Amino acid sequence: MAVIPMEYGLLLAGILFSLGLIGLLVRRNIVFMLLSIEVMLNAAGLAFVVAGARWGAPDGQIMFMFILAMAAAEVAVGLALVLQMYRQFKSLDVDSASKMRG
Amino acid sequence: MTFVFYLSAAVAIYSTIMVISRVNAVHALLYMIVSLFSVALIFYTLGAPFMAALEVIIYAGAIMVLFIFVVMMLNLGKQAADQERKLLSAKGWIVPVVLALILIAEFIFLVTHGNVHALAGTSVEPQAVGKSMYTSYMLGVELAGLLLLAGLVGAFHLGKKQQSQPAEDEE
Repeated sequence: MAVIPMEYGLLLAGILFSLGLIGLLVRRNIVFMLLSIEVMLNAAGLAFVVAGARWGAPDGQIMFMFILAMAAAEVAVGLALVLQMYRQFKSLDVDSASKMRG
Repeated sequence: MTFVFYLSAAVAIYSTIMVISRVNAVHALLYMIVSLFSVALIFYTLGAPFMAALEVIIYAGAIMVLFIFVVMMLNLGKQAADQERKLLSAKGWIVPVVLALILIAEFIFLVTHGNVHALAGTSVEPQAVGKSMYTSYMLGVELAGLLLLAGLVGAFHLGKKQQSQPAEDEE
């Protein structure tokens, strides 16, 4: 049975990461920007799991679990900030929050 | 058997492109869930079944639900009604449904026909992951717990602050 080459898995992770980066740079809606960050984190986790599978080591999967915990914490804080920003500016456009108060 | 990997990869790339190009946030979230499911299937083919389960439970089950709740909370009267109307039309959900059906078919094929573990050469069992995690990565686990606690306190504080500000103004 043919084995999937590691390069293809890493290529997929790279493509997904690039798509997330493009989304982060192109979109100006803060919900979509957070979603793009999730895509990038997920792609990084995929790269870890692919590499872990290549060497048959559990370390890659452990790193993925750490990324998962980090993504959960990040999303909780990020979405709380989104709610605050929406209450304050009545808009989800990040450019509306580009000025500092001082 | 490797076609499962390539098909899932194609679904993942397509649905991720749709995520970053949708105007409607709920549609983007639907596509994001499909993308996470396909990545979970890829984990399964790579011999990491535990990570596939975690991907579905935590990413698709918890984080995306959090996103959907926030999008729901942000909606206002008429805008929400329009969005609701758009959701009911077939155009919004037919493509994610087709993609999800592809993934379900792949999964059923894998479960019924496949010796999955041969795909990646080696499979790393959850037991090995747990054993390594609670011995050599103990510090990392504790730091992750601290990070989650900090996230909890931070989200609580940020969500609460707005409610306490009017109270201060009244004083």
